Amino acid sequence: MKLKRQAFSYPYIVWMLIFILAPMVLIVYFAFSSAEGGLSLDSIITALTNEIYMKVLARSVWIALKATVICLLLGYPIAYILSTMKKRTAAILYVLFIVPMWMNFLLRTYAWQVLLDSNGIFNSILSLLGLPAQQFLYTEGAVMLGTVYNFLPFMVLPIYSVLVKLDRSLVEAAADLGANPVLCFIKVVLPQSVPGIISGITMVFIPAITTFAISRLLGGGKFLLYGDLIENQFITLGQSAWPVGSALSFILLVLVLISMAIMRRAEHDAGEQGGMLW
Amino acid sequence: MKKLRSFFRGTYLGLMLIFLYAPILVLMVFSFNGSKSMGRWTGFSFRWYEALFRDTTIMDALMVTLSVALISALVATVIGTFAAIGIHSMKKGPRGVVENISRLPMVNPDLVTGISFMMLFAMLGIKGGYTRMLIAHITFNIPYVIFSVMPKLRQSSNLLYEAAMDLGCPPMMALRKVVIPDIMPGIISGFVLAFTLSLDDFVVSWFATDGIQNLSIYIYGIARRGISPKINALCTLMFIAVVTLLTFVNVRSIKEEREQEQAQKRLARRTK
Repeated sequence: MKLKRQAFSYPYIVWMLIFILAPMVLIVYFAFSSAEGGLSLDSIITALTNEIYMKVLARSVWIALKATVICLLLGYPIAYILSTMKKRTAAILYVLFIVPMWMNFLLRTYAWQVLLDSNGIFNSILSLLGLPAQQFLYTEGAVMLGTVYNFLPFMVLPIYSVLVKLDRSLVEAAADLGANPVLCFIKVVLPQSVPGIISGITMVFIPAITTFAISRLLGGGKFLLYGDLIENQFITLGQSAWPVGSALSFILLVLVLISMAIMRRAEHDAGEQGGMLW
Repeated sequence: MKKLRSFFRGTYLGLMLIFLYAPILVLMVFSFNGSKSMGRWTGFSFRWYEALFRDTTIMDALMVTLSVALISALVATVIGTFAAIGIHSMKKGPRGVVENISRLPMVNPDLVTGISFMMLFAMLGIKGGYTRMLIAHITFNIPYVIFSVMPKLRQSSNLLYEAAMDLGCPPMMALRKVVIPDIMPGIISGFVLAFTLSLDDFVVSWFATDGIQNLSIYIYGIARRGISPKINALCTLMFIAVVTLLTFVNVRSIKEEREQEQAQKRLARRTK
């Protein structure tokens, strides 16, 4: 009888093997094969030694890091202020901060394209003030802005959900014992919100490093990111570029896994620290 | 002092909300602009909306988006629910393996998922953009269904199912009469999640399909070449649809929460 119940999952397991596992095996297979076929490290070596590829990789990591820091600096205060408000007001405002997350990210990026356009509203305002038109679109700043704009809600969400559960009486106790508000925040609130910060960083950094359309739309293809590079291999160059493209994807995947491991480690350490607090 | 602080807090939240919503609002306003310009207002008009509904490419893309979302969510819900029921009764070892593989599409960057589909479909010789998109969407939807049904299964008791069978109920009927009603909330939230994810997807579709467009792919194609007032109108409608849907879902959950709160208060008063 037990076996009977397991059998309900068999159709899915077949599906899973063909459409989840096999594609991953394919990526790894192509990453470790040469253009002529057959196992080799050529593609991985090309992906790791090509100067342009490495430059793009460095730029992607750098932009993703900057965007993550900016999101944290902007998002933490939002989450903190919300968590100190009355429950009902906070719930409504919180939804307002989260709604953009549910909108298609192309749509959100396109909205900035409209604003920053050379004939867009910003330049109209400048010309009204008698100032010369500026080139906003197709700059690195625009790509940054688009990334921060797209991922800010992903930072607010986890931090808020940790802060809102925080025991307020601890803060009051610290204040009663003579800690000023700043000290209260640093010693009581901040350490306890570390798990939220960590998952916020993960939720921003990983999508930011794997994004590809934002830089195309706001950077005009001038500031290629690693995702654009991979897209280029597969969409433009076709089947002969599969091995190098797969190698690039494999490197991206490893990068994502490493950052996840670091985050998990940090969360673990934070847990221990929290334990020591008591 | 306290007033000053709350003033600063309010201002900060306000500024952040402006940052988040101003771009969308500007886009919406200019979708009603009489001219092509997106910097200067030249009068109210519906001309871009008319153009939008007359554009057969966009209407086709809309149909693709909606039908793929509906079909993929339905198929994923059926496969995923049965999968969850089966996985739930597996032994710890195989269960861990299946659960971990199922998490792959959730953890994998969309870009990598999309590329892997592209290669797989080419290798298997699966032609037809619609089929490809459908398979891809079903695949990334199933895990979300499984993991929304799983917690409900853990809450419900295995004994009920066994009791039904001891009383002579065949397995399929026991499932329909006992297990499924018990986990229905999980199934519904899994379906809604799957539907939303499919509607929203761009990256996986972009790589997985061939020669067919959903709305996201269409928008990307146009936006790469610059801005277009028709897209403004389209974005406005999509935004309104999302907000309506979210308000509906949230109002329901907030209402439920309030009812629960009030019930608790009543209970507390009574115990006093």
